[in-house]
Amino acid sequence: MIGIVSYGGYLPLNRINRDIIFKSMGWLHQATYMKGEKCVANFDEDSVTMAVASAMNCLEGYDRDYVDGLYFATTTSPFKERRCANIIGTALDLKSQIRTADFTDSTSAGTSALIAAIDSIGAGSANNLLLCASDVRVGKPGSSQELSFSDGAASLLLGDDGVIASWEGYYCVSYDFPDHWRTENDRTDRAWEDRFGREQGYRKFIPEAISGLLSKYNLQQKDISKVAFPGIYPRDHIAIYKRLGFEPDQVQDHLMTVMGNIGTSYPLMILISALEDSSPGDKIIVAGFGNGSDALLFQVTEEIEKIKGQKRGVKRYLESKRDLNNYEKYLAFRNFISPEGGIRAEAIPYTALSLTWRDRREILGLCGTRCKKCGTPQYPAQKVCVNPDCGAIDEMEYYRFSDKKGTIFSFTGDLLAFTPNPPGIYAVIDFDGGGRFWFDVTDCDLESMKIGMPVEVSFRRRYVDERGGIVGYFWKAVPV
Amino acid sequence: MGEGIKDKVAIIGMGCTKFGEHWDKGSEDLIVEAFTEAVEDAGIEKKDIQAAWYGSCYEELNVGKSALPLSRTLKLPFIPVTRVENLCASGSEALRGAVYGVASGAYDIAMAMGAEKLKDTGYGGLSEVSTILGTKNRVIFPAISAPGAFAMMANRYFSKYGMSTEEGKRSLAKISVNSHKNGSINPKAHLHRIITEEDVLNAPIIASPLGLLDCCGVSDGAAAAIVCRADMANDFIADPVFVKALQIGISSGEELGYTQWDGTYVESTVRTAARTYKEAGIKNPREEINMMEVHDCFSITELVTYEDLQISPRGKARNDIEDGFFTIEGKIPSQPDGGLKCFGHPIGASGLRMLYEMYKQLQGKAGERQIKDPKIGLTHNLGGFPQMNVISIVIVGL
Repeated sequence: MIGIVSYGGYLPLNRINRDIIFKSMGWLHQATYMKGEKCVANFDEDSVTMAVASAMNCLEGYDRDYVDGLYFATTTSPFKERRCANIIGTALDLKSQIRTADFTDSTSAGTSALIAAIDSIGAGSANNLLLCASDVRVGKPGSSQELSFSDGAASLLLGDDGVIASWEGYYCVSYDFPDHWRTENDRTDRAWEDRFGREQGYRKFIPEAISGLLSKYNLQQKDISKVAFPGIYPRDHIAIYKRLGFEPDQVQDHLMTVMGNIGTSYPLMILISALEDSSPGDKIIVAGFGNGSDALLFQVTEEIEKIKGQKRGVKRYLESKRDLNNYEKYLAFRNFISPEGGIRAEAIPYTALSLTWRDRREILGLCGTRCKKCGTPQYPAQKVCVNPDCGAIDEMEYYRFSDKKGTIFSFTGDLLAFTPNPPGIYAVIDFDGGGRFWFDVTDCDLESMKIGMPVEVSFRRRYVDERGGIVGYFWKAVPV
Repeated sequence: MGEGIKDKVAIIGMGCTKFGEHWDKGSEDLIVEAFTEAVEDAGIEKKDIQAAWYGSCYEELNVGKSALPLSRTLKLPFIPVTRVENLCASGSEALRGAVYGVASGAYDIAMAMGAEKLKDTGYGGLSEVSTILGTKNRVIFPAISAPGAFAMMANRYFSKYGMSTEEGKRSLAKISVNSHKNGSINPKAHLHRIITEEDVLNAPIIASPLGLLDCCGVSDGAAAAIVCRADMANDFIADPVFVKALQIGISSGEELGYTQWDGTYVESTVRTAARTYKEAGIKNPREEINMMEVHDCFSITELVTYEDLQISPRGKARNDIEDGFFTIEGKIPSQPDGGLKCFGHPIGASGLRMLYEMYKQLQGKAGERQIKDPKIGLTHNLGGFPQMNVISIVIVGL
């Protein structure tokens, strides 16, 4: 049996109420109004860092060496040329002898990568594959996309052992449909008339894929426990499932009002949402949307009970949020405006890429060392043991800190050092099990900081050197 | 430890510029000014100096790398000159070179010079620290600043001793008030404003819990010392000052890499102080030290330094502060010249600037600030952060 073995979702902590955006930009096109809120990646997040966050959760409890490959899907890669799957794999401390690929250029890339992963496992060329889909979607200020586009990530571990939802089949429709696109020089989407995308695309392709799937596998609507597909146009979402003959209680909440359109990760996220509430035996259809539609069929197994409540999925992230009550800050986070950062913002030292390559396991993977003589974990990696009673030389083994929790030893909120989001909060962290280092703290308010507070680490953009085109990825502490 | 440096070397001349925002002066001007005062004080000529050490931290903001800038500025006649850099201890490190050079017998007369021209950085506060951290640390260290690193110690200290932030900040405020009072009557100080506790408490936050008046200023300055063999000292001046001890201590990395250190003191100061007292033959520092210039880059630094130097018991420095122990009339006047608070911190110069005050006080030449009859003075520098640092401690006396 092949299928989903584990899952992990991720939504950034920041939410912005669409009314805030509309209040600032609604004067431009009043018809853009949409209710609810959307997720906003923090200034130090991108599709790569959020993919890592979802995958960390997905892989909890699995030996990282177990993973045979990593597929990454996004329409918002931070790089035109640099395989993001390999950044993610290094951050996750996966072994290097694995297959990787980036799937991109369509919001269907998430489901496409899923099908490809299943095929690889089915063909016997991998025992399992990690699939990460992630997007930080930006719409032009004042556009309807600005209101609907959102940020999030989802990861699925696919394999043939411990399957929680078995792969039962798929049905794809693929069209070169020109509802929206970006050229290599475009930052934001260009789009044809909204009604065109809705009437000729969304309302047609999803039903075509789902009904194609049902007839391909001789299924009736009543055989399906949950059908999940994006609610890009919430009113049409209802029309679609009605036309397909599904009852409202068979339809998974599309989360458009509370989450937004998170691109490639959208269908996977609502699939995870469906799994969170599923029971063994349930048949789930999930369909995506983007240049056509992929409809996928899963059947939940008994194994689902072992994973329920163990993963962060969707619910936890929908509950844990912080209001970004400031449209200008949102624009600054997404680089639509460049506020004055002062002289310190310009003093970004060059990055020695030979060094970051040599020490990639330390920097991207947050691996330090543990002394084989005295057992002391230490970061960064040391040659000479830091324990004053030991001091052993060259007796070290790699020790991964990224999956360890810790506590705040001391902290401050700094208004002098440069950060795009002052105050710059940083702290010395003592890791559970040993080891101490200092980290920036993110997704956190200074007022809530306390000595002894539990934290974990999160992969982030530590700095950006715009002159050199360098994104300095590293880890920050976040409250648990 | 060897037999140490005690009474082997004498200070026979010192010079110190006014510290401040010298928009109209470069490092060269400041060096010449400090040098001129020092050689006149010693009653020697340039040709008498056999070797020199030059301390500066940011070579790119000053006159460049190597010792060439000092030699070329002063036109030193092809003598051995060495540039030293050890963060905020750079000035004291230059002194160490000169003192050890003389004590070794290699030279009879040597000079230590420290200078820094911070106001050419364009920064309020020290310039971006990431440039001095090293290529790897830049990538993995948080976006720290000096006040932030010390603020973490303040939060830790308040927490350990059960002080609310308000209580802690009030104790720290008294430290700044004392320094500003002393500095207000020092013509060489940068800042002359007398401040109140309320001023300190109401100052804008720089790095919580430290506010603007918990932090030292940023200024330009230079200071110099002429040292010679102790047995020659009276050939030059009637009131030489003798080096009783001179120690440097550097973090091993344990503080930030191992989980033993509790973050409320500076391990290097503790270790270095023990060695310094041993070298000077001091058994009870609280009784035997008469005055101090400690590294008050931030008020919290001064507080923990009192404890690290074994002047105040652990956790009790605030009681001594409360009791006026460190005021000019107190048992051990501290920062009699106004400290880094009022002088600012041109890094390479600071250690020698502190020594200048101890030297003048021991000679009874401190004017309005004169402490009654001091015999032993101590200077202390802390470079870096509480979590990893460079310490220098110098004891001088009659």
